[in-house]
Amino acid sequence: MRKVEMKITGFLKHLPAYQVLIYTLVVLIFLFTIVPFCWLIISSISIKTELLSVPPHWIPKNPTLRSYKEILFGGTRTTRAARYFKRAVGNSIIVAGSATVLCLVIGSIASYSFTRLRFRGRHSLLLMILATQMIPAVAIIIPIYVVMMTLRLLDTHLGLFITYSSFVLPLMIWIMMGYFQTIPIDIEDAARIDGCSRLGTLVRIVLPLAAPGLAATGIFAFIVAWNEFFLALILTEAAAKTLPVLVSEFSTKFGADYVMMSTGGVLASLPPVILALTFQKFIIKGLTGGAIKG
Amino acid sequence: MKRWLTSSSGIGYLLILPSLVVIFSIIIWPIFYSVYISFHELYLVRPGEFPFVGLENYLKISRSRVFWAAVGRTFYFTGVSVGVAIILGLGIALVLNQDFKGRAFVRGLIILPWALSSVVNGMMWKWIYDGSYGALNGFLLQLGWIDSYKVWLADPRVAMNFVVMAEIWKETPVGVIFILAFLQTIPSSLYEAAKVDGASPWRRFRYITLPLLKPIILLLIVLKSVWAIRDSFDIVYMITRGGPAESTQVVTFYAYLTTFKFLRFGYGAAISYLITLIILVFAVVYMRLVYTETLYAETI
Repeated sequence: MRKVEMKITGFLKHLPAYQVLIYTLVVLIFLFTIVPFCWLIISSISIKTELLSVPPHWIPKNPTLRSYKEILFGGTRTTRAARYFKRAVGNSIIVAGSATVLCLVIGSIASYSFTRLRFRGRHSLLLMILATQMIPAVAIIIPIYVVMMTLRLLDTHLGLFITYSSFVLPLMIWIMMGYFQTIPIDIEDAARIDGCSRLGTLVRIVLPLAAPGLAATGIFAFIVAWNEFFLALILTEAAAKTLPVLVSEFSTKFGADYVMMSTGGVLASLPPVILALTFQKFIIKGLTGGAIKG
Repeated sequence: MKRWLTSSSGIGYLLILPSLVVIFSIIIWPIFYSVYISFHELYLVRPGEFPFVGLENYLKISRSRVFWAAVGRTFYFTGVSVGVAIILGLGIALVLNQDFKGRAFVRGLIILPWALSSVVNGMMWKWIYDGSYGALNGFLLQLGWIDSYKVWLADPRVAMNFVVMAEIWKETPVGVIFILAFLQTIPSSLYEAAKVDGASPWRRFRYITLPLLKPIILLLIVLKSVWAIRDSFDIVYMITRGGPAESTQVVTFYAYLTTFKFLRFGYGAAISYLITLIILVFAVVYMRLVYTETLYAETI
């Protein structure tokens, strides 16, 4: 023991004070980032009695995945929550997925048009799209609600899908412009000289070249749509209820079952967290968007 | 017709048309329809009645103390969360810009809070703050800083600050990511030259890094303010539902209550429209910053 201590202090002595400072700060940043979410994960695999002791058991003695099994496959206590949960997952996948696909299709061509083609009103239209990106849903929810009610689209996948698309679209057009700008215009010119029409060039040359960027934008859009809460809260009731709305009910509707609640929270976070960590480089590009050209 | 369609501008319009239709029908048109509704009285419990009341809703709002208190809280929420998140983000970005082992790993991990939905974030912090079993109470008790568990969220004087802290945790990574991305674009030769001239690390930060970061920090302030106003609803809904004693009732939550709990759609529309106006001020500043900083340099 003594020897190890001496070794450590010896090691530290060789490090300049600056290095010690940096590593201490890095450890603090690391803890700041992961501790709250880790506590949610620990809560989800704890046994109730351990979790509700004072102070709580930070490291569970008997970790268990029972709550995960119950929420996904149904169990003795919470079959109702389990049934709702799977349906909400399905709804979220349908709505976020379809909105992402639609935005990729119509957003990419619009984005290309804004980047490469010259037409009257281009600047004002672009400015308008930039401005709509900032409008919060709460500001225009009333007309949307009234219209959805008249069209009988409340609590339907279609209604939510259309709404999500329009809220994600401006941001996507803006992000994708950054990708289209990186494609050399000479390649397009060459294709045009070889007799390719403008639309042909777009479909056969430009879109394949921009594919990685489009995929990245798609992932970004999917995360945003998956996590959206307010619109889903107002526009859905039961049939089309998405995962965030269901998770928000876990702390109230199904009694305050902290283990179950944490499990729901962790499961709802898995897709965006895994996507964000796997594709972090792309996400960072998406987030910083047009603001920084690195 | 055919010639127009194959011309540059014809195709230009054609390609943006689908997007414009979607954006117009769900965002632009509702903005104007919202104004129209706000000049009327519309209770969903009384269908068929839709009397024109002119500016009455706006007059009522201007005299409403609840509304102005909610606006004040929104500015507090936005100002504190954005300010702290940016300062914290700047600090973290400067540390993560240094050389250390595992840098790529920590840099990648920093995105985690951003990836969580505001619902999960709110739920998680509500659970951490919990007055009976919360981790915060357990931790402070073990440190010996408190003698017994406290019900933090029941105190109107501090509840808002706990909500703000949850927002800061989630929003800090965005600042870190922006600033880190920008720091990497600063050529290292600038720092080397300053070093040769004998500039201390502080002076190098003060006279090289900070001035170069100024535009990006300005942009972050505007962008994050808008996001904070938008997110304030989710986080308040999840953690406190506006309580205790309305102490966390931000204006977005007040608009929601008025409209969807008390079903006063006309009055709610007027409140929403005022929120839009506040946002538009930020949006104009934002567009000026982005447009002059990048667009003109890149495409024109």
